[in-house]
Amino acid sequence: MEIVMSAVIGLLFAVAVYLMFSRNILRVLIGTLLLSHSVHLILLTMAGLQRGAPPLLFLEAGSYTDPLPQALILTAIVINFGITAFVSVLVYRTYQEHKSVDLYDMRGAKDE
Amino acid sequence: MINKPNNMMFRVFIRLIAVVVVTFSIYLFFSGHNAPGGGFIGGLMTAIAILVMYLVFGVSTIKESLPFNYTYMMSIGLLLAAFTGIISWIAGYPYLKQFFDYFQLPLFGEVELTTALIFDLGVYLLVVGAAMTFILTIVEDDS
Amino acid sequence: MSNLIVLPILFPFIVGAVLVFFAKNSRAQRIISGIGSLILVGLSIYLAVVAYQQDTVILEAGDWSAPYGIILVLDNLAALMLLITSILAAACLFFAFGTISSKREKYYFYPFYFFLIVGVNGAFLTGDIFNLFVFFEVMLLSSYVLIVNGATKYQLRESFKYVILNVFGSALFIMAVAWIYSVTGTVNMAHLSERVAEINQPGIVTAIAVMFFIVFGAKGGLFPLYFWLPKSYYGPPAAIAALFGGLLTKVGIYAIIRMFTLIFHHEPSFTHKGLIVTVAGFTMFLGVLGAVSQYDFKRILSYHIISQVGYMVMGLGIFTPLAVAGAIYYIVHHMFVKTALFLLAGATEKVTGTTQIREMGGLIKSHPVLTWSFFIAAVSLAGIPPLSGFFSKFPIILSGFQEGQWVISAVALLVGLLTLFSMMKIFGYVFWGENKLTEKQSEVSVTKLLIPIAPLVAFSVILGFAAEPIFTYSLHIAEQILEPSNYVNAVLKE
Repeated sequence: MEIVMSAVIGLLFAVAVYLMFSRNILRVLIGTLLLSHSVHLILLTMAGLQRGAPPLLFLEAGSYTDPLPQALILTAIVINFGITAFVSVLVYRTYQEHKSVDLYDMRGAKDE
Repeated sequence: MINKPNNMMFRVFIRLIAVVVVTFSIYLFFSGHNAPGGGFIGGLMTAIAILVMYLVFGVSTIKESLPFNYTYMMSIGLLLAAFTGIISWIAGYPYLKQFFDYFQLPLFGEVELTTALIFDLGVYLLVVGAAMTFILTIVEDDS
Repeated sequence: MSNLIVLPILFPFIVGAVLVFFAKNSRAQRIISGIGSLILVGLSIYLAVVAYQQDTVILEAGDWSAPYGIILVLDNLAALMLLITSILAAACLFFAFGTISSKREKYYFYPFYFFLIVGVNGAFLTGDIFNLFVFFEVMLLSSYVLIVNGATKYQLRESFKYVILNVFGSALFIMAVAWIYSVTGTVNMAHLSERVAEINQPGIVTAIAVMFFIVFGAKGGLFPLYFWLPKSYYGPPAAIAALFGGLLTKVGIYAIIRMFTLIFHHEPSFTHKGLIVTVAGFTMFLGVLGAVSQYDFKRILSYHIISQVGYMVMGLGIFTPLAVAGAIYYIVHHMFVKTALFLLAGATEKVTGTTQIREMGGLIKSHPVLTWSFFIAAVSLAGIPPLSGFFSKFPIILSGFQEGQWVISAVALLVGLLTLFSMMKIFGYVFWGENKLTEKQSEVSVTKLLIPIAPLVAFSVILGFAAEPIFTYSLHIAEQILEPSNYVNAVLKE
């Protein structure tokens, strides 16, 4: 399972980096989204993929999962939600001001 | 954004769907803490329900029927969350310590109520506010 | 256990949240934020005293004991950083009152100003790597909002780069946390310190350490990841640029110091004396070269941030108590002086309406106080005795020679010379020379703006003349952080 996860993470990471190298800022935004997914998966995989019950209230399960990585990932997702919200608005505002989503067209703005 | 939508089926069904989504989001909100769910998920779901209504009935209609200031909602959420921690401080415990007890409520039976629920309510308000602010910022811009 | 140490995080948080309600009323915002920042200064002075008396104070949030719960740790280093942060924040805020446009004020300038302080203070206080990430994000998200505040074309474009670079940095941060968790099974810093010591820092842990160094280096503006800094600090208004220049990079440096003294300190010949010293050398040399080649007030100052970050990291890299004490002293000196210089640049811009130094000249006649404040801050930055810059560079370079690090020490001396050169370049162009000011410009009064700057310049002088007690304090801090068992025992209560 770890091998499959590694492959998935690698693929996501590659796609994310490819998108982030693009000139189109909308693609860069999507790249950051995929990037965050891939690092969350890294966090999950590196902490060890386990099966079992959540370690909450019930004591009869045979095995328990480690709750910490999940807590960390949830926190990271919430942060990522905030950042994505901000970056989307930033991309939109940039588009409005520059009338373009292409980074090449944004060079040499007059108010430098 | 669609300002004059004219889709009968969509309009009829959305009333049903919005109710189901909001109910489920409230369920998720209360089931949090000891089971999957919580303020963040619940808040996101509520935001989705509101957004779907925006999509169908148009911006101006929903603004009249749901006149929330989402920025203030975020701020109230933040204050609620911070305030929960202060309760435990006043009680002489470390910041953010949670207290819980079981209560017999009419209709619901035995319910566990915790101070963490207030914290979660803060998160819920924050998430609804943040999601709506960020989408409406883009939507309401006419230019 | 003391609930007090959550206040540097909680108090600005509440102030920021309350300020949201007054977003359209700039008068109320100014009153609340001004009082809030002053209370924060008082609070951090009190906490510094507490930390000095009790060495290490911890708070286990939610009563979950370490290493399981979230803990906040206040030691002398953290207390010192909190103190400087609050003073800088207050100074920049009062400067902002006089310079920031009301359009910017309405776009939640003050709330995010306080959320930024929440993030910075949290990063100083936390005792948990993942929480460090969370507070970094709080800080960065607020800094995104502040850096783009005003939304000019230039700001939007450069902020976009700044945001994307930092998002990538944060992704690397999570990866590093994932790796360290998978190797050691904990994210609590004290616990990590103990476990890394038990396994005697094998190669894989050193690799993770380098990863953390890259992450914090990108935030701190270290070679080769400093390229974003001069451009993005150029766009926002002076008050924000000053706060960022004085504060944000130093949070990255603080994290590096914390990590490499508390956790990853078992392989100093590779990590400290090899990697960190090399990076420090390149950082300061290339940074100062950038400054020498520029003719824009704010850009010169931004490049100087880079070169000076190099000194701090160099102090850590040499890794003797004297050098680390020098690095801490340097951080204190740099935060005051750099913020003062940025604010003075803002005041100059208010007079002349430009930041191009070749278009200015002769301010000494019309604005003598501004000129001499700049002169003091500039020579202090360059390291002329008896000002603070000298006493912060001296121990670092001295211990460099003592440890046989000849190359880096020579580079440091050369960089000091070039710093003096580029500061004198500004002084010569802007304040001396022929008077290029129009009648109207020379009558612009900056007295109000100089009030918040004056304490910062005064601190620089005091840090120089009262070098001994302050250096003794830095040495005390250095000895404390170079002995990780203090921290570990306080947190894990063994």
